Amino acid sequence: MAKAEFETPELKEFPEIPAIQVGSMAHSKPFIAKAEFQEDLGFPGELPDDWKDKVIAKMGELLKKYRSLQVYLDSCVKCGACTDKCHYFLGTGDPKNMPVARQDLLRAVYRRYFTFAGKYFPKLVGAVDLTKEVLDDWYSYFHQCSQCRRCSVFCPYGIDTAEVSMAAREILDSIGMGQKYCNEIIGKVYKIGNNLGLPGPALIDTMEGLEEEVKDDTGIDVKYPVDVVGADVLLVTPSADFFAEPHVDGLIGYGKVFHQAGISWTVSSHASEAANFGMFIGSYDNMRKVAMRIREAAIELKVKRIVIGECGHAWRVAYSFLNTLAGPFDFLDPKYPVPQHIVEVTHDLIQRGALNFDKSANDHLRITFHDSCNVARASRMGNMPGGQFKLPREVIKAVANNFFDMAPETIHESTFCCGGGGGLLTDDLMELRVKGAMPRMQALKQVVDDHDVNHLVAICAICKSQFSKTLPYYNFPMHMIGSLHALVSNAIQLGTKE
Amino acid sequence: MATIEVGGKSIAVDEEGYLENRADWTMEIGEAMAKLDDCELTDNHMEVINFLREYYEEYQIAPAVRVLTKAIGKKLGPDKGNSKYLYELFPYGPAKQACKYAGLPKPTGCV
Repeated sequence: MAKAEFETPELKEFPEIPAIQVGSMAHSKPFIAKAEFQEDLGFPGELPDDWKDKVIAKMGELLKKYRSLQVYLDSCVKCGACTDKCHYFLGTGDPKNMPVARQDLLRAVYRRYFTFAGKYFPKLVGAVDLTKEVLDDWYSYFHQCSQCRRCSVFCPYGIDTAEVSMAAREILDSIGMGQKYCNEIIGKVYKIGNNLGLPGPALIDTMEGLEEEVKDDTGIDVKYPVDVVGADVLLVTPSADFFAEPHVDGLIGYGKVFHQAGISWTVSSHASEAANFGMFIGSYDNMRKVAMRIREAAIELKVKRIVIGECGHAWRVAYSFLNTLAGPFDFLDPKYPVPQHIVEVTHDLIQRGALNFDKSANDHLRITFHDSCNVARASRMGNMPGGQFKLPREVIKAVANNFFDMAPETIHESTFCCGGGGGLLTDDLMELRVKGAMPRMQALKQVVDDHDVNHLVAICAICKSQFSKTLPYYNFPMHMIGSLHALVSNAIQLGTKE
Repeated sequence: MATIEVGGKSIAVDEEGYLENRADWTMEIGEAMAKLDDCELTDNHMEVINFLREYYEEYQIAPAVRVLTKAIGKKLGPDKGNSKYLYELFPYGPAKQACKYAGLPKPTGCV
């Protein structure tokens, strides 16, 4: 909690590509996971003596397992299209945060040990020996990538930087160099059921508190059920929704939507977490183990549908991978997509005229929307291309009068990461998080100046926490960030429809 | 292992200054931690810290922000039952900063 010892980047009138500052972020690295956190996940507790052999062996294993990884390592032609697309490069000026250069930290070692030219003529092809310095560079810079995949949108070869970063982190985990934040959290999911370590009784107490709060506010008995067998919907939402602001206002909103639509629902104390940090650390085994809890809870509670709350990477895991990780879900109602996003649920109900709103309840807000990277670039909503951009905006416009998009090159598939994604939302990386938020803050400033925007909406727990923390560094109020379903919650007219 | 010096004794803390063993906690340790952050603990801080410790004792987790604001509001009056009041006391964020001084583990996750 020591005072920040870095300078917050200045927001200029127009976005600028920064001058190169070699090594300016070389000091940035997250805390290493303690041995006990590593071992909970099946990783060694500390760096073994033969770490070098283990790294090369693991790299070889990953190259075989993920052919995409080898394609990405082979196909870069150094065209430079990605160089100025990364929010961490734009915020820090460190050239190793150019996506191509960050990837090259791994690529140079790959060339040395896995390609003919690199084995015999390393200097000619930029191949380097694996040393402790190289390893430390990996640890530092592969924890300066939020796996947001903005660079990949602009790569003519479609190289997925996130996958390279995930591979690097998996290699590091395999030699005891895991990151404290992610690995401690995954351990809590296994032991307690969620990232926070919120046990069942505390979850029930918290949800009962929300029922009282909504009753006090509206006079209506809206239920926030836990572990109800036979409910139609299993809601799987980030545990931050139970715990933190502004997340909790979104959860209150989901409950009101289900109530008004007459849909019975429940959360599960076994799978009381949508987040799946197994993806951030590139570990398929851990990602699968975390995802299996959702299947187990759905079977145990005999639900018909699975709905995912406002969580960015959870939606990627759910939408893109859940069926192969934890399927088949043939025991669920085939009339509904598996899984469904809460925004899809609300949007569909609005389309069918099932919800009434008083939009003026949000008239004090002038709203803009931050597309979260994993929703924007790794998933879809609804049944049309671009639905993941369209649906959230349509829901906002159905419940509020004042909506203004940020500049087109900063939204939709070109959206900038909040600066805290990919397992980097930790206090030990605060400098990186503040600097990485700069491009988003720049775009926000423009709509604040041009349209008096005073409210930033997101559908991701990480984005919401990251902005709560970083907005004040850029002289915006902390409470400017809110949940999409908080707007729904403000405007929904409970008890007005059968 | 990092430590904090209180009353001539070395108490184990983690990399971020949170107490390693919850049982070690004393009021003086909480005050010493606050001092490192240039924060002077008042009775108002103590109300929050005591509630956190009681809640943790029962539920093995710090209270969610709405549980905390409601409890503080009941105890100290509705004008104090909100996150604005808590942020005035604990500007770094009530969950993390107050937990630290209360000797509780840091809340983890997307918070």
